[in-house]
Parts: sequence; structure tokens; C-alpha cells
Amino acid sequence: MTLAEILAGLFSQGHSVIVRDGLVTGGGPFAGGKVHVVGVDGDTPLGVDGALILSRAVLDAVRSGDKAPILVVVDSDSQRMSRRDELLGLNECLAHLAKALLLADRSGHPTIGLIYGHSAAGAFIATALATRILAALPGANPSVMDLPSVAKVTKLPLDKLQEMAKSTPVFAPGLDNMVAAGAVHVVLDPGKPLDGQIRDLIANLQPGDDRDRLGEERGGRPVARGIAEAVIAQAGRG
Amino acid sequence: MAGAHAASTDPDALSWYEATARQRVVALADPGSFEEFLPPTERRMSPHLPLFDLPRAFDDGIVVGRAKLDGKTVLVAAQEGRFMGGAFGEIHGAKLVGLLRAALTLKPAAVLILFDTGGVRLQEANAGETAIAETMRAIVDVRAAGIPVIGLIGGRAGCYGGGGLIAGICSRLAVSEGGRISVSGPEVIETNKGAEEFDSRDRALVWRTMGGKHRRLIGGADAFCADTVSAFRQAALDLIGRAPAFDLDTLEAEQARLESRIARFGDCRDATEIWARLGVNDPESVPAMDTRAFDETVSRVREADHDAR
Repeated sequence: MTLAEILAGLFSQGHSVIVRDGLVTGGGPFAGGKVHVVGVDGDTPLGVDGALILSRAVLDAVRSGDKAPILVVVDSDSQRMSRRDELLGLNECLAHLAKALLLADRSGHPTIGLIYGHSAAGAFIATALATRILAALPGANPSVMDLPSVAKVTKLPLDKLQEMAKSTPVFAPGLDNMVAAGAVHVVLDPGKPLDGQIRDLIANLQPGDDRDRLGEERGGRPVARGIAEAVIAQAGRG
Repeated sequence: MAGAHAASTDPDALSWYEATARQRVVALADPGSFEEFLPPTERRMSPHLPLFDLPRAFDDGIVVGRAKLDGKTVLVAAQEGRFMGGAFGEIHGAKLVGLLRAALTLKPAAVLILFDTGGVRLQEANAGETAIAETMRAIVDVRAAGIPVIGLIGGRAGCYGGGGLIAGICSRLAVSEGGRISVSGPEVIETNKGAEEFDSRDRALVWRTMGGKHRRLIGGADAFCADTVSAFRQAALDLIGRAPAFDLDTLEAEQARLESRIARFGDCRDATEIWARLGVNDPESVPAMDTRAFDETVSRVREADHDAR
């Protein structure tokens, strides 16, 4: 599904969403109120400049006090890999964007991620993974690193990794594996109206961070929840 | 274990860069005060590394627990850069997430994170990536509850990838000369964009671009430490006392600070050009400066100190 199709499915009364240099900002009337939209389109890498444009839009929404939902649409590359970005503090800029989204969530704006294309590494963490709930459309392709690069770093043959990827969700790229890890909460049905599905997600938002519980239930992260609970239990003694 | 040796190690003499994670924690804390959660005796080991025929660690490369710092209770996490580059695996990440969640009810004086990490452990990539996202949300919750989260960065693995993003969420950061903070590592940039973009073998370039002195000068870190445990202890105590609030005003100030940085320095090719524009008289001399000379230089740079984090 393309961004234009997604926006058409969400905003039957029109919208003000624009895409400039792969950066998405704007909003539209939704369910008797409105929805803010920010994001990355067209497999665009996220660098210092883009991160600050998106964080500006998120902080403006918080400043407005409208408490309207913020939809984070994502079809990005990884973080932009360059000497200039690191020189200027890419870690601060990506973290700032994530903080803006987490602040919005704490300030009464439901934050919903919608991944409909690619995303990877730092760009994925600073956008989609910084929302309260992350939905995906079939065909989305989130990853940490592609298998050829994993092969290079781990010094394992690519064909062996491809074989392992079939049975081991914990390291392999792709939507199914991110769902299994609990990172992606839900996969939407492209055959049903999108606006109703997003409206239902907003209506059923849960407090707290339930990603480790989902990862345990789905088998992609079998031990994380139990480990975190054990640390909390030991910390509570004495 | 290393902790037994560390207990008798002099914090003034112990190199942060050379020390193990457990040595750092034990020497950083008030003597005898460190109490570890899920210690190595519990053998909570990665269920995934055997698939890759890789050795495991009894603590999965991170030490978490409770300690006293100047008599006050703090929670501490320390990554072990010598095991899998300190990278975030499933258990490693979950121990940090659990510690931060525990802080919400225990209300310690601070949470200290001793970073030493290359980022996500690729053999457990999805678990590591998700744990980093959980960690960032948990730090925001802890900060919003009024508890400072202080990052200490000076280990041999640096603070890369998702570790760099987590560092950017913390209330305050202390860094030493050996600490490097970055998202993409030098080798990653070179592999993807070529040696013309970044020559990872040019170590001076790596330190200038990602190292502790550059981060301190541009305001990416709040304290610069000599490479000793006692220097990091002193910095932690100082930073706990002046942690910024987590609210809209802080983030608006950070937005302005980062926009201003890009407007002023966005056309610079090298860190030395940025340092010159910051008003450093002899930018070429910065890498060789000792801690005292560097502190004097920092004191004249307006951008270095702020509450916009």
C-alpha cells in the first residue's frame, strides 16, 4: 500500500499532509476530531536535518494542547550513514525525535506507528518504535540489518543464515519476526477500511509497555519478560 | 569473578577504559555497597547464541544492581564491552529494562548507566532492537518521575548504534577521552558509503568526529572525565545534582539547541572547523590537551553547558 492510498483510506474529507524530501508532516479531520501525521516515505534515510523537522512537528502538536492522536507513518531506510550526520550529533537528534514522541504520548496524544514499507536500525527506533502502539500493513519490511550485512559481521555463510532465519525469529529480518518479538503489535487487514482499524487501535490503547509480554506469547522473545520481572523482584527485596 | 579483585582496587588509579564492567561498578560505588541482581551465579545465559556456536556469559554481558553513592541509594547498570562488544541481546536488554522499571517504585537518587556497547547484538537483532526501544520508553518514565538517569561513557566499545540513542535519552552524560558516542560506527559508514566518506582506519578522524572531547565541546555530553573511576564517580555525583526535568520546555529548548547547531555548523567538514567557530583558539591542539587544559577550553565555550536535554 502506498502513502497516498493510506491517506485516502484515512481521510475521506481530505487532508493537509505533505511529503518533502521524503519527510511527512500534516494532518486531517478524523473521527469527529483530527489526527496529526508525521513520518518518513520512499525508503528515505533519516539524518539530523530530517529528525529535527519531524520533532518540530511533534512538539508543535504537543504545544497546541489538542491531545489529538499522532500517526507516525514509516517507509524509511536506516539512519543516514555519513560523516556529517555523526559530526553534528545524529544520536542526539534521533533521540530527541523519540523523546518528542514519548512526551506526546505522556501528554495525552495517542501515538500510533504505521509501518507500510521498509525501516531499519536507528531510524526504526526513533520513529515507529517510539510510539505507544505499532501497526503494520502486509508487505512491510522492518529489519535491524539485512542478511548479507549480518553475514559479513557474524562471519557466517549467507546460505546458512538464510536456513537459520526460517526457524529462528530472533535475528532474521522481516515483518513476521518483528511481530514475533512483540515490536509490532498488530498487522492490519488491507481488505478492510483503514480508518476504522486505526480508530479501533486508538480506542483500545493500553497503558504501560506490553511488548515483552507479546514477545513471550508469540515466541519471538521467549525470556525477556521473565528476566525483567526477576530483576524487579530482586530489586524489591532488601 | 573480577569483582573480588576490584573491591580492593584504588578508584584513583583504576583506568575506566581498562576495567571490566564489574570492576567499574564496585569501585564507583561506596565501598562494599554494591548488591547485584541476577548475578552470574544464577547463570541467566542467552538462549540464542548456541545456535551460532558462540560462547555465552553467565551475566549476558551486563551487570545490574543497587549501590550507595555518597550514602544515597542508586541503581546501576554496567555493560561489559569485552563480551560480544557489549551489545544488546535479549537477556542483556531485559536486565536493563527491568532495572529501569524497578526504579519507578524504588525511587533511587539516580539510575546510572555505564555504557560500553556496539549497539544491537546481531545474532539476537530483533530482541536487542526491541529492548532498546523499551529502554528508551522506560528512561523517559523514570525521568518524568523526577529520577535522574546518568550515562557514563568511557569504555573500549564506546557507545554506538542504539546505545547512542539511549545515551541521548539520558538526563546527563559524562564522557572521557576514550568514550565515543555515535549511531553509525566508522566501519559501518565505510562499508556502506566508502572510505572517501569515512576512513575507519584513520583513528584521529574517529576520535575527532565521535570522541568525548568533540561531544563535550558541542554540548553532546555534560562532563569530561579523566580516565579513572574516581573521576567518573565525581562527575556522576555532580550531574545527579543538576539533572534537567523531562517536560515540553526542556524538549523545546533541545529543539532550539540542535537546530542552532545545524544552522551554525552544518557546512563543516571536520570537527576542527566546528571547534574554531565555537571560539577555540587553537583547534588543532584539542586532541592533545590534558584534562585540565581541556576543561579550561570548555569553560570558554558557551554551547557546552545547558539544560536542554
